[in-house]
Amino acid sequence: MRDSEKIKDSAAIDDTTSLQDLMRRDWGRLLSVLISDLGDFALAEDSLADAFASALTHWSPGRPTNPPANPPSNPRAWLLQVARRKAIDRLRRQQNHRTKLPELTYLRELDAQASAEPEQEIRDERLRLIFTACHPALDQKTRLALTLRSLCGLTTGEIARAFLDKEATMAQRLARARNKIARAGIPYQVPKAEDLEQRLSSVLTVIYLIFNEGYSVSQGEDPIRHDLCQEAIRLARELRDLLPQPPEVLGLLALLLLTYARHGARLSPEGAAIPLEEQDRSLWDQEVADEGLALLERALRRGRAGPFQLQAVISALHVEAETFAATDWAEILLAYDRLMGLADNPVVALNRAVALSFVKGPAAGLAALPGQLDHYQPFHAARADILRRAGQHKDAKAAYDRAIGLTRNSADRRFLQARKARLSLLES
Amino acid sequence: MKYMALIYMAEGREPTPDSAEFGPWMARWQEVTKIFEDAGVMRGGDPLEPTATATSVRVRGGKTETMDGPFAETKEQLGGYYILDCAHLDEAIKYASMLPAAELGTVEIRPIMDYSE
Repeated sequence: MRDSEKIKDSAAIDDTTSLQDLMRRDWGRLLSVLISDLGDFALAEDSLADAFASALTHWSPGRPTNPPANPPSNPRAWLLQVARRKAIDRLRRQQNHRTKLPELTYLRELDAQASAEPEQEIRDERLRLIFTACHPALDQKTRLALTLRSLCGLTTGEIARAFLDKEATMAQRLARARNKIARAGIPYQVPKAEDLEQRLSSVLTVIYLIFNEGYSVSQGEDPIRHDLCQEAIRLARELRDLLPQPPEVLGLLALLLLTYARHGARLSPEGAAIPLEEQDRSLWDQEVADEGLALLERALRRGRAGPFQLQAVISALHVEAETFAATDWAEILLAYDRLMGLADNPVVALNRAVALSFVKGPAAGLAALPGQLDHYQPFHAARADILRRAGQHKDAKAAYDRAIGLTRNSADRRFLQARKARLSLLES
Repeated sequence: MKYMALIYMAEGREPTPDSAEFGPWMARWQEVTKIFEDAGVMRGGDPLEPTATATSVRVRGGKTETMDGPFAETKEQLGGYYILDCAHLDEAIKYASMLPAAELGTVEIRPIMDYSE
């Protein structure tokens, strides 16, 4: 299957939908409803996991069958009902279950209702879930992990591997998060209108960072983690469906698509990173890029360009250039200027300096490089490249060495070493 | 004059509820509280949830910044307290960020333990 097919909207359930597919696709929605019914994040997760475990036993062909023998006609409703009953069991087993009587009564009522109307459509509370998982009272890495766990249905082991953590460490992080949500009183709700913009920015950032974790793998041998990129795109799509109004939501989805569309040209067969100017643009996925461009246009028409839309504009200008030489650097520089106006951030300043070096020459670019990024690998890589173009080969080589020393993934290291070697060749 | 007694203790030092020492330990707290009440000096007091439930709030450039965890800076000292009865953490953050001190320092929000749970 091509990547562009994998990142399309998912299709309806059919006979070939495995339980694992179902878990990936429906976990978030079912969990979102359960948390709302139970008022308890941890209990909801445990009960839903019980329900999936139960489905594994009951739906598998060849097993001794308690009814239902095969996947029921409405697997979502079945899972939700089983999860509710598992929650009732868990509550009754708790030592202080007498204090939980109101919850138990409520759950039994829901159960009776669901039995009476088995075809009733299942609610969707994912918007509440994502705002809770991305709450600013949780630390950033926890927000990423909790979003992948609760919205995307990734297992703790999968999330641990994505962050190169031990599974036990990740399990502990997730347990601490559930504990904090419950005991600190983090609400399960979509923020009020006056807080929405700031809280939405936290949600968008989490999705963006999940994508980045996959697209610019910070360390190790894997040059790109498609699973993380695709989960982020799926989340951005879901958010677009749930909250279609804010232009930044469209802007984020556009940015992810316009970036991901270019991944096929990023690596040489030897696994070295290929810089933009040497990429084979015919390897860019035009279909994915076109969807990104259309989304961006719709977002910009609303006239409130935020940081994700502006980054998407920059990405779009690269995608639209037929060749590297045809890149509209003046427009790109303008977008960076507007980004700087929104938030004075040294990483944006670095990228702006690179754009400036293509508009006004390497000397102007060097002069515009920001300070305070001495431990940031991309700073030294960008500086090395501008120095090389300025003909300052000795300084360029020193900058390449600095960048190589800070590089922790092999694709970037191979590229930087090749660049440096080429400079030495020019000199001898 | 009113005084505030601030209790500092390494988390996990106290006897756990399943230990034999827990009962006598709790009884001592109750005895002392009774002494305070009988003496007419008691104005209030509560145990707090552990620091794992803490959220630190500060306001910089008009924007509220929240951080997971307790306030850890040693340059700044505890300068006062409010007890706020809020529906949830978002409300507590909203009110805490209105405090003028949030612009200069940090306000740590920690839930008061609820014995009915």
